[in-house]
Amino acid sequence: MTPSQWDLPVELCCRPMAFVTLTGLDVVYNAVHRAVWDAFCANRRADRVPISFKRTSYEWYIPKGILKTGWMNKHLNLVPALVVVFYELDWDEPQWKEKQSECATRVEIVRQSLQGRNTKVAVVLIQKKTPLPPGEDVIASERAAALCNACDLSGKSLFVLPHTDHLVGYIIRLENAFYEHAQTYYYTEIRRVKSHKEFLNKTTHQLLFVRHQFKIAFFSELKQDTQNALKNYRTAYNLVHELRAHETNMLEIKTMAGFINYKICRLCFQHNTPLDAIAQFRKHIDLCKKKIGSAELAFEHAAWMSKQFQAFGDLFDEAIKLGLTAIQTQNPGFYYQQAAYYAQERKQLASMLCNHDSSVVYPNPDPLETQTGVLDFYGQRPWRQGTLSFDLSDPEKEKMGILSLQLKERNVLHSELIITLLSNAVAQFKKYKCPRMKSHLMVQMGEEYYFAKDYAKALKLLDYVMCEYRSEGWWTLLTSILTTALKCSYLMAQIKDYITYSLELLGRASTLKDDQKSRIEKNLIKVLMNESPDPEPDCDAAAVKASQKLWSDRVSLAGSNVFTIEVQDFIPFVQCKAKFLAPSFHVDVPVQFDIYLRADCPHPIRFSKLCVSFNNQDYNQHCVVEEAYQKSDVLEQSAQGTMCLVPGKTRKFTFKFVAKTEDVGKKIELRHEPPALTNEMYCLIVTIESHEETVAKDVKLTAGLKPGQDANLTQKTQVTLRGTDTCDDSFPALLTDIPIGDLQPGEKLEKPIYIRCGTVGARMFLVYVSYLINTTVEGKEILCKCHRDETVTIETVFPFDVAVKFVSTKLEHLDRVFADIPFLLMTDILSASPWPLTIVTSQLQLSASMTSVDQLESYVENDLPSFGRVRESLPVRYHLQNKTNLVQDVEVSMEPSDAFMFSGLKQIRLRILPDTQQEVLYNFYPLMAGYQQLPSLHINLLRFPNFTNQLLRRFIPTHIFVKGYMLGYTSMHLQKAQRSPGPSLPYASPAAEPEA
Amino acid sequence: MAVCIAVIAKENYPLYIRSVPTENELKFHYTVHTSLDVVDEKISAMGKAMVDQRELYLGLLYPTEDYKVYLCNIAASPCSHTFLHRYGYVTNSKVKFVMVVDSSNTALRDNEIRSMFRKLHNSYTDIMCNPFYNPGDRIHSRAFDNMVNSMMMQVC
Repeated sequence: MTPSQWDLPVELCCRPMAFVTLTGLDVVYNAVHRAVWDAFCANRRADRVPISFKRTSYEWYIPKGILKTGWMNKHLNLVPALVVVFYELDWDEPQWKEKQSECATRVEIVRQSLQGRNTKVAVVLIQKKTPLPPGEDVIASERAAALCNACDLSGKSLFVLPHTDHLVGYIIRLENAFYEHAQTYYYTEIRRVKSHKEFLNKTTHQLLFVRHQFKIAFFSELKQDTQNALKNYRTAYNLVHELRAHETNMLEIKTMAGFINYKICRLCFQHNTPLDAIAQFRKHIDLCKKKIGSAELAFEHAAWMSKQFQAFGDLFDEAIKLGLTAIQTQNPGFYYQQAAYYAQERKQLASMLCNHDSSVVYPNPDPLETQTGVLDFYGQRPWRQGTLSFDLSDPEKEKMGILSLQLKERNVLHSELIITLLSNAVAQFKKYKCPRMKSHLMVQMGEEYYFAKDYAKALKLLDYVMCEYRSEGWWTLLTSILTTALKCSYLMAQIKDYITYSLELLGRASTLKDDQKSRIEKNLIKVLMNESPDPEPDCDAAAVKASQKLWSDRVSLAGSNVFTIEVQDFIPFVQCKAKFLAPSFHVDVPVQFDIYLRADCPHPIRFSKLCVSFNNQDYNQHCVVEEAYQKSDVLEQSAQGTMCLVPGKTRKFTFKFVAKTEDVGKKIELRHEPPALTNEMYCLIVTIESHEETVAKDVKLTAGLKPGQDANLTQKTQVTLRGTDTCDDSFPALLTDIPIGDLQPGEKLEKPIYIRCGTVGARMFLVYVSYLINTTVEGKEILCKCHRDETVTIETVFPFDVAVKFVSTKLEHLDRVFADIPFLLMTDILSASPWPLTIVTSQLQLSASMTSVDQLESYVENDLPSFGRVRESLPVRYHLQNKTNLVQDVEVSMEPSDAFMFSGLKQIRLRILPDTQQEVLYNFYPLMAGYQQLPSLHINLLRFPNFTNQLLRRFIPTHIFVKGYMLGYTSMHLQKAQRSPGPSLPYASPAAEPEA
Repeated sequence: MAVCIAVIAKENYPLYIRSVPTENELKFHYTVHTSLDVVDEKISAMGKAMVDQRELYLGLLYPTEDYKVYLCNIAASPCSHTFLHRYGYVTNSKVKFVMVVDSSNTALRDNEIRSMFRKLHNSYTDIMCNPFYNPGDRIHSRAFDNMVNSMMMQVC
């Protein structure tokens, strides 16, 4: 038995393909044959039929009945479905008789070597000439029939392969024909196996039921009938579990169940029914997990379980690679994790069951040795193959067999197996967004490396995941990981890591018991004293010995062992807090601050130096120095000295130093009303208030656009102090060093600054005040040069928008204007300013560049009264003007309207001379009151068909208001009397009165 | 009934974990911790729109979990497996409850798990009402302990 005895056999895991043998091809010496062979084998892609081709020697393995370890291999690789005999023979071969009998002999040899198997035989004639279409070549059909007869072949099994340019095309057609033959073969094989069933009985042939069912399924797979294969495998699976199980045949049953389960799951994934696969696998596990078999070989069961999960994980993963989508809660990772779990269990069981004394020797002769070197049947014991009885005929032999298995198990590298499975699982969980699961598995991997004594890898993994647990605050888990990491660093004598992990394990977050912490702290102190620490508990004795040697080497080196350990990221055993005594300090008062230290470790700890790092590194020196001199500031004196922290007690250190002068201030206030408008003289009022206690001398103000912005802004921004001026481009963008003079303590000064922004957008303005001040610090007179700056961002916007558009006299939008035709210019001014604007003056200026506009060919004007009156004639005169210097033929027509009767020319054609005009007169007679549509005038210029009425409509009114019917005199009075209080009646306006 | 009950803060650190049997405490910590992967995913999948009428009960965290979590008693041979189910529950303040239940206890229905969570939630609310409790601190409360005990006791 090999260590990989749990691996599934290759022939089980491959995709079964129809097996066809090609013979008679001399691929070494014959180029034509080589080409034919290559055409069959090259480019086997998915579009080609699933056939595997083999050349064989025909030394057949003689089958002797039941399902053996070689069975699947036999049908995949040894017994073909079809043997194809290649033979070079043209139809017009002169020595036809001889060649025909030679071919028949070859076929006969093949037949003999097949020994009565149902394997089909086919003959392919390789011909040099392209054959004629069927039926035309009389000789060919005669000779073909004769050849078939001689070789005892059916016509369907004789093929012709002309060796021409279209070789590949012929080969593909041949392949399809072969595939059909192969399918027929497997069909008959299935029928053959099924026919055996009748002779079986349930009591003595239980094993055969399973075997036959398995064979049928396997043949179906070879036949590429996966649906029936799946069905038969399922039946076989149920039959396996119906077998009478006993400790002696448990392994065989489980092995077969595992095989069949593998096939079912594989086919389910292939059929894209992953849920069926998962359901089958769960059922399989449920049925088998309790079938442990021999208790002395319980590790075998764990190994088998592990393999089941791993194989399923592999299948699942493969299906995902082919396009299946997995989810967070159902992905291959779980199966690998479970496989790893069983591998761990196997390791534990093996360590319990295989802990034989070293005096126990491996049995001789080896009970695991068989005559052939391989097992005859899957899952049987080598020392009692083929024994179906449940009684152990030879208990002594059984004992030896078990012993040899146990001794073999001892040599298995369990940790390696576990780590491989765990890393498979990690890769999957990483893919499916399970960061915590991933970390958990990595911890397990680290622990497994630790057990495998690969401490460096263990430490690397543990160190990697530690921060995840630390950042999420799972202290129990972190402590457990740290404990393992500490062991690793001890065993490798990695001083820096050892100290780092000790520091964290002593800290507040660690959940270790006090006695543990005490032990770690004592060890830590030993290391700091350059001594070897005591070994960590529960370490491998041999490893401890090795590490003690390492430690003593390290200690004897005794160089300058200074390690800098960053404790920012974890919680160390010393807590540290710092505070300034006030939020701000004056320049003449020393800055004071306190440091509080507190140790959480179980024993007092000494330290040699305390330094404080500031952003401004100049201060660092003061704080170390202060600490050395100001011993009296330490609150609690301890017998062990100031440089010692007593657990649970807080210690305070006070520091004092003088601040630098550039860090003092003065107040600047800016007042303004954003946003600014373009070209506005925007006022920014700067208020400077002195908070100094002495006179601030030589105060200078710098104000304006902050340097370093866009160069365009600098050009389009001007700053001045005089608001009455109107800035032009010569003004600067930044006013520097405006002298202000001295400022008394508490004095306030206002300075308006005017800014003109030429473009819109945001600008940053800087206000900078510098001054000199005299001050005394601890008896010394010093002159401080101080400054203070303030920046402000001001947005500039357009004050208003001006939009201009052209409209016709009828207020219709115009795209273009025409010469001599009046139009209107509409101006919209929209204020964008948040404040009201007064427009002092405005002007319409014609642009210097005037271009000529389009000339209209003709123009119509009309004289129309401003209103009409019902039943009163309304004379309308149209003036038609010719603007061209050509004589125009004009067709004028008047279209009637419902509201008017009219008299005049309804349709005329007239001629207008250049630059003259014609008049057309109409008399309209309104019939209805209200806003009415006028009869419309249509004009056609025969010379200019483009001239449309649409254009004309712009100029001629289309509607007119028609006033009401004239009332009688008396009623008019009545109306007048009524009118004064109330609103006017329709159709009776006072304008009608004079005409009455 | 329940073999492990945990209260997890919004920031995903444990406020309270209790399990029986206590000797396998570490394993339960890992179990609860890895469950948060699914809890996180479920919460983010629910989205913001649903906040008001959101179901607090997250249900079984690993729907097909049969062999996901084990407790193996190695000392005994043949080894015995306990299959565990993990359930999740998230409050409006994003505090999560995780309960690990022995799946051999088939009598336990979804409704009962729900009511257990509701009890847990009520008890947690009581703790939050305690003026001496700082939200975010680990829970040390006798009342809560007793309540958790009552849910764990029903096991045997």
